[in-house]
Amino acid sequence: MNESRATNASAPQVRLGRLSAGFADRSVLRTISVEAPAGRVLAIVGPSGCGKSTVLRCINRLHELDEGAYVNGEVEIGAFSAYAPTTDVVALRRRVGMVFQRPTPFVTLSVFDNVAAGIRAHRRHITQNELEALVETALQRAGLWREVVDRLFGSAMVLSGGQQQRLCIARALAVGPDVLLLDEPTASLDPMGTQRIEELLYDLRDTVTVIMVTHNMQQAARISDVTAFLLNGSLVECAPTRQLFTTPSDARTEAYITGRFG
Amino acid sequence: MQTPLGDRLYRTVTTVCAAAIPLVLVLLTAVVLHAAWPALSLHARDLAVGTTWDVPHARFGALPATVGTLLSSLIALVIATPLAIGVAIFTVDVGPPRLREPVSFLVNLLAAVPSVVYGLWGVFVLVPLLRSTVMPALLPLGSAISLFRGPAYGPSLIAASLVLAIMILPYIASVSRDVLLAVPSAQREAALALGATRWEVVRDAVLPAARSGLVGGVMLGLGRALGETLAVTMVIGNRHAIPDSLFDPAYTMASLLANEFAEASSDAHLSALMAVAAMLLLITLLVNLLARWLVRRVATGLPGGRWSGGRW
Amino acid sequence: MNARSHRRKRTGRVMTALTWTAAIVAVIPLVIILAHLLVNGLEQLTPTFFTQLPSPPGVRGGGVANAIVGSIMLVAIAMTVAVPVGIGAGLYLAEHRRGRFAQAVRLLADVLSGLPSIVLGIFAWELIVRPSGHFSAWAGGIALGLLVLPLVARATEEMVRLVPVALTEAALALGFSRWRTSLTVVLRTAMPGIVTAMLIAMSRAAGETAPLLFTAFGNPFWSVDPARPIAALPLQIYAYAQSPYDEWRAQAWAGALVLLILVTMISIAARAVVGARTKLLSAVTPRVGRTDE
Repeated sequence: MNESRATNASAPQVRLGRLSAGFADRSVLRTISVEAPAGRVLAIVGPSGCGKSTVLRCINRLHELDEGAYVNGEVEIGAFSAYAPTTDVVALRRRVGMVFQRPTPFVTLSVFDNVAAGIRAHRRHITQNELEALVETALQRAGLWREVVDRLFGSAMVLSGGQQQRLCIARALAVGPDVLLLDEPTASLDPMGTQRIEELLYDLRDTVTVIMVTHNMQQAARISDVTAFLLNGSLVECAPTRQLFTTPSDARTEAYITGRFG
Repeated sequence: MQTPLGDRLYRTVTTVCAAAIPLVLVLLTAVVLHAAWPALSLHARDLAVGTTWDVPHARFGALPATVGTLLSSLIALVIATPLAIGVAIFTVDVGPPRLREPVSFLVNLLAAVPSVVYGLWGVFVLVPLLRSTVMPALLPLGSAISLFRGPAYGPSLIAASLVLAIMILPYIASVSRDVLLAVPSAQREAALALGATRWEVVRDAVLPAARSGLVGGVMLGLGRALGETLAVTMVIGNRHAIPDSLFDPAYTMASLLANEFAEASSDAHLSALMAVAAMLLLITLLVNLLARWLVRRVATGLPGGRWSGGRW
Repeated sequence: MNARSHRRKRTGRVMTALTWTAAIVAVIPLVIILAHLLVNGLEQLTPTFFTQLPSPPGVRGGGVANAIVGSIMLVAIAMTVAVPVGIGAGLYLAEHRRGRFAQAVRLLADVLSGLPSIVLGIFAWELIVRPSGHFSAWAGGIALGLLVLPLVARATEEMVRLVPVALTEAALALGFSRWRTSLTVVLRTAMPGIVTAMLIAMSRAAGETAPLLFTAFGNPFWSVDPARPIAALPLQIYAYAQSPYDEWRAQAWAGALVLLILVTMISIAARAVVGARTKLLSAVTPRVGRTDE
């Protein structure tokens, strides 16, 4: 299990205020307002196509890069507003890390260089010792250190799928984000790999605010503190996880979690 | 480096690089037209329809060269196109799967062979062969079919057309192959599901969908043939006269330029050559533009197909 | 109905036979030309061929050393022109899939690559040779550079497009700026394909003769001065082929054989590299679940 902890300031609350987003020809999200509690895990669930990934992509401002995309509303990370005109997008993305559905290691780089990539981009003058320390810390937090310690400089592509995904998490953690967005991170992994990642997400409590999209109800129930249920781009219900799963207040939520659709 | 500055610089540099391409094209056309202008204003009629090219007497009849260019290219096209499309069909739909890659590779290799190599082979192997074997065999027919009339020394319109055919075949085949690959497999599957034989799938589902692209491919081959210089110069005979038979020597615009440009004897001569270059440029520009537009229509008009785009 | 299906099958067999014939006829010239090159040129491929200058007609030996060096110099000049601009243009095209300017550039690049190469020679002549009053390697190199520029640009575009969007997004999500993403992640990932395209461009430039006829012009002597006429292998082959001397003609065959070998090796290398890189990249694009640990 992971031993080291980053000594961040306490993680921020992430607040979405009347967030709408979509493309020129269709809307994807309709006035979503939800809060991810500081240092805890928010799970976003819902049937495919309901806009879950778009929520994440609006938080780190990746959505607007697509052709014809629009975003309205507010995204606040602590006291920091993501869509203020003076916001530095690059600085935003340094605070907010993202892990994608399928592992995306940089194919030409070694394990070490993959983890170091983000660090090197943001800190031009860093000593080799400091860099190595940061890489090791990140790999330990991701639960990958022991498995790669003797092949740090080999290609990242020889790792298994689960290892590559944890590598991507280490890469994201290495820049010291206080928010971590995960888009169905265990979708392509087997149960063993899934469990490892769920354990590491638990270890991130207090230091990182985690927002995770998942289609796996049991996973949401296992590891999240708050769950939001999205349907057709609208927020149906958002509540502490135990409450949402045992006594949902909306009929549609109940239908979804009991498997009647989606 | 500050992010906005770095990004702006990157944007500017890449845009300028991209703009260099249309700039080169525009500059090229402008320069050639400008240098050709004196001859175009003085000798336009001669250049267009005159048949006598006599430099000391300022006669610049470029019609033989123009006719030779068009004839050699068209004959090459007629020979090469059915074969090229046949090869393309072979490598995409009909041939045994294990042979498709190797044949395609060999065809691409043929397209990469430099033209001077083709010219060398043409002048030392093909022309002697024609002179010693093929032409004598066909000459007797010359009294009936004027195409085969002598005299036949070897370097000739037909020699140039054959070499051109060999050179453009791989090119047309390669573009046609890309076009056929761009037809979505869904089309083929629909035909198969209706009970079509393999050939019927090609004939009824693939070829119609690929038609404009195939035409475009043929036109690209035409464009190539029109501009081919070295190989043609070495085997066509370089005679300023419109050929009456396939066995007559002839001339092309590109060969004319290759032979006379370096030693242009007067400003008038130079300008006339520039005018020939301008005509060649404009013809090939038009052919290429039309061809590319046709080829793009296949790619963009069919959703879900594979398109590998440009040529090497 | 039976007769009809027989007829359909027979038509199919005939058409298949025809395509087989086409395939064979298409490939045969390669075999024939290669055979002639080997028979006529192989024995001339001695070390002296590569190391000596041309000797006067009738004198044995001699080689094309100056032409080989000249070709190297011309290709180097050509690539200096074509590579930076071509890669820049390729990056632009890859990042603007639908913009109207990008579409125009794409079309014009393809058109430019289909123009007669002799016209590019004329262009370089008018721009460089005429004002300077003499033939030069600069002029020849630039003509060749313009010839392969569209090739490098389009190939770069295609290789960059092969890089999965996921990698770009991963870099952006880490907080990489746009230019850093493009140069350090995208370009780097696409590099083997781009290098391959550069090799193909070099082989194309090395084999072209027409643009050099009145730019580089050729030079029977040893010269590495870029401001003077310079020898080139295809020019030498052309000159030798037109000469009446058997020695020289044999050397023309040998030179042609060298060019063919060069082109073949680069074609094989290109196929191998692009195949390997496509396989590696497909590991990062969507795949169905993979067994773990």
